[in-house]
Amino acid sequence: MLDKALCGSKRYWGLIIFLLAIIGVGVLTYGYQLREGLGITGMGRSVSWGFYIAQLTFLVGVAASAVMLVIPYYLHNYKEFGKIAILGEFVAIAAVTMCLLFVLADLGQPQRMFNLILHPTLNSVLFWDMIVLNGYLFLNLIIGWTTLGAEKKGTPPPGWVKPLIYLSIPWAVSIHTVTAFLYSGLPGRGFWLTAVMAPRFLASAFAAGPALLILLALIVRKYTKFDPGAKAIQALAKIVTYAIITFVFLFFCELFTVFYSQIPEHMDHFKYLYMGYDGYGAYVPFMWLSLILAGISIIMLVNPKTRKNEGTLVVACVMVFISTWIDKGMGMISGGFVPDPLHEVHEYIPTLPELTITVGIYAIGALILTVLYKVVVSVREEELA
Amino acid sequence: MNKRGEMLTGLVIAVFLVLVLSPILYNFAVGNARSVPDLKPPPGGEKQCVESKEWMRGNHMQLLFDWRETVVREGNRTYRASDGKEYNMSLTSECLSCHTNKDEFCDQCHDYLKVKPYCWDCHIVPPKENA
Amino acid sequence: MSMDRRKFLKVAGVGALGLAGLPASRLLAADDPRFKPPAEGLQGKRWAMVIDLTKEAHDADAISVCHKIHNVPQLTNPRHEIKWLWNTGFKHAFPGLASKHMAVQYKGEHSALVLCNHCENPPCVRVCPTKATFRRADGIVLMDFHRCIGCRFCMAACPFGARSFNWVDPRTASNLDEPGEVMLTFPTRMKGVVEKCNFCAERLARGLIPACVENSSDGRMLFGDLEDPHSDVSRIVKSKYTIRRKQHLGTEPSVFYIV
Ligand code: HEC
Ligand code: HEC
Ligand code: HEC
Repeated sequence: MLDKALCGSKRYWGLIIFLLAIIGVGVLTYGYQLREGLGITGMGRSVSWGFYIAQLTFLVGVAASAVMLVIPYYLHNYKEFGKIAILGEFVAIAAVTMCLLFVLADLGQPQRMFNLILHPTLNSVLFWDMIVLNGYLFLNLIIGWTTLGAEKKGTPPPGWVKPLIYLSIPWAVSIHTVTAFLYSGLPGRGFWLTAVMAPRFLASAFAAGPALLILLALIVRKYTKFDPGAKAIQALAKIVTYAIITFVFLFFCELFTVFYSQIPEHMDHFKYLYMGYDGYGAYVPFMWLSLILAGISIIMLVNPKTRKNEGTLVVACVMVFISTWIDKGMGMISGGFVPDPLHEVHEYIPTLPELTITVGIYAIGALILTVLYKVVVSVREEELA
Repeated sequence: MNKRGEMLTGLVIAVFLVLVLSPILYNFAVGNARSVPDLKPPPGGEKQCVESKEWMRGNHMQLLFDWRETVVREGNRTYRASDGKEYNMSLTSECLSCHTNKDEFCDQCHDYLKVKPYCWDCHIVPPKENA
Repeated sequence: MSMDRRKFLKVAGVGALGLAGLPASRLLAADDPRFKPPAEGLQGKRWAMVIDLTKEAHDADAISVCHKIHNVPQLTNPRHEIKWLWNTGFKHAFPGLASKHMAVQYKGEHSALVLCNHCENPPCVRVCPTKATFRRADGIVLMDFHRCIGCRFCMAACPFGARSFNWVDPRTASNLDEPGEVMLTFPTRMKGVVEKCNFCAERLARGLIPACVENSSDGRMLFGDLEDPHSDVSRIVKSKYTIRRKQHLGTEPSVFYIV
């Protein structure tokens, strides 16, 4: 089926070459990082994780959100999602691949990566994160590929994928839960030390992922003959609505606990992110932008008129995506490290090489997604013909 | 599945296999060279290595890995060789105390065999006295 | 379709078997008769330290000796700094305990001396995915630099900021770039691994107490076995009121402070 990705229009090849060029620059910059060490990033003794781990966190969410299509379609037999479920699974494949690449980019000694397997350590959450991420990648590869292959032949998918599909549901929840546990179990980091971390992660994931899917589905409809279906898109929009509201609710639960209790170890991180602390506040405008976008998007999504109008729906989805990206991809990691355990403030600003590598990895994800979507579209177009 | 698809999948698997197996293939290609260059004995005139020369030739890497494991993780520091002699398990202070000519000994052999132990990124090679 | 799945599973299976076989071949018999603890080494059940903050701080010697003998690089970029033992303000060492009404001696930016606490319940060990950081039977929390993959989970987990990462090649530092200036008795580190104080494990093995304690000003630092009732450390901890950093987190530090 992969051969479908080899014949495409000029526009398709243009996109592929464009992505390959970005990937090339990213790979070169990664070579530079390998040679010089992670000192080329903005991270340091005090803020020891940065943009890479933040993107991992965000993308795990995007990957997990495929479950928002799988549950209605396979558990509740919601037929409208029949055509679109595969789009979710393929987003998951691209997103998990990016996650694994971000872990790799963040390692100081990537050539020793196999120590994770040679010395498996059951008490380390990172060990489990590797297990669940790789497992999820394989599940989605197998499920996506076989269901699409069966569809191409016009047969129902083989019986043995059903259990795998059911397994992928709790597995999707697990990848984001385990990722939240990376942070929420650390004794000295007040910002992350909260039981609401995993639920909050899941809520923002189930907003960001389906919002992205809506955008992708609309792009697919615009540029190809395959129509994912207006009803499916509207159903997704409702999922986004509930999820973003839940996310904001959980965020306010956190805010209340932190600010009403007035415990400095928890509160100072929020002060840093939303008001600035000790003269540092590079993230303040972004964090407020995130909140404002979440607020506006909720209004637009709750109002049936703006939700049903695809023009305004697109705007709302873009807002949801940016808002959740700022929350996880920027604030979540830096906020946890500032102030540090010695209550010192060292602000983290990513560097150009760091951003270049990040963009390179996103381009790899986009390339995977483009190729996989091309296959889906070709199969669907054949069906129509 | 059609021909093209199979070829492509085959290609992907082949590339994957080559990548995964490349260290082993590489060893086959270069690591099996038999003849060893002329090695300089320890300049200090010592006659006996930690273990027999033949054993050392084939096993010094594993010995060093065992040493570092037991020194760092189990707190052992003394090695009892098969002839009963005791040694301080240390790369710099033991091996290099006899093989002071690392560049003419370890390096020469490794260079020849295209092995590049990364130990010296951290472990220190004592500077040559008269260099 | 099904053909290459089978093929793929075969390859994956062989790979997995190979990986599973590796650790077994690398396993050391824990009681291999070839390896013995050093005869002259100091033995303890739980090594611990007492630092007296009521004594005036003259810690420069202790710090510079520590960093010298362990080849700790002096890097100019503060973000890349590597610290095993250092002075900081009381309010940084003990956030939550400082108050603006305290005695003046606690207000200086260098009043407290901090290092790895060698916790009894160390979060860094709990999170490490490769057991590169581990707790020895004598209570020392050690790093196995050979195994560290540089994920820095331990740095996120440590509530005391005791860990440093080699963001750059440490040998480029001004104090290590000349061969003559490097101490031969302890390896440097390389870029991409985490490091921290090791309670001078390599000196204990030679029967010596930690270098900082040996070089500290009179009575400022003590070292001993907390499980040995006759050790200096035990006597002080039993007879005086001491505090530990962030005790409420339950990590059970082994460094006690007299305040
Ligand atoms: C007491 C001095 C001494 C020490 C310590 C020592 N060696 Fe040797 N080593 C020798 C001598 C002498 C020979 C040559 C023996 C011969 O020619 O029979 C030798 C031979 C060898 C050889 C075999 C060279 C060949 O010709 O094949 C290797 C490999 C080796 N040593 C590695 C090591 C390593 C690794 C260490 C540290 C674990 C070490 N040696 C420690 C003295 C020493
Ligand atoms: C007779 C040739 C010879 C000499 C002399 C020699 N080595 Fe080796 N060394 C080898 C070979 C062969 C290997 C194995 C390469 C492999 O297995 O891939 C090796 C591997 C190693 C490794 C493991 C490298 C890795 O990353 O797997 C270390 C460490 C090492 N040697 C240290 C030393 C030291 C230290 C000395 C000098 C004291 C020394 N060797 C002298 C031939 C030699
Ligand atoms: C990241 C830095 C680093 C690298 C790379 C490294 N080591 Fe070490 N090694 C250390 C440190 C630090 C110690 C602890 C020294 C001590 O406690 O006395 C040590 C200890 C050892 C010891 C026991 C004590 C001693 O003084 O030698 C052996 C043996 C050893 N390493 C072997 C190796 C070998 C073989 C390699 C390469 C395959 C290697 N190491 C690579 C840092 C490193």
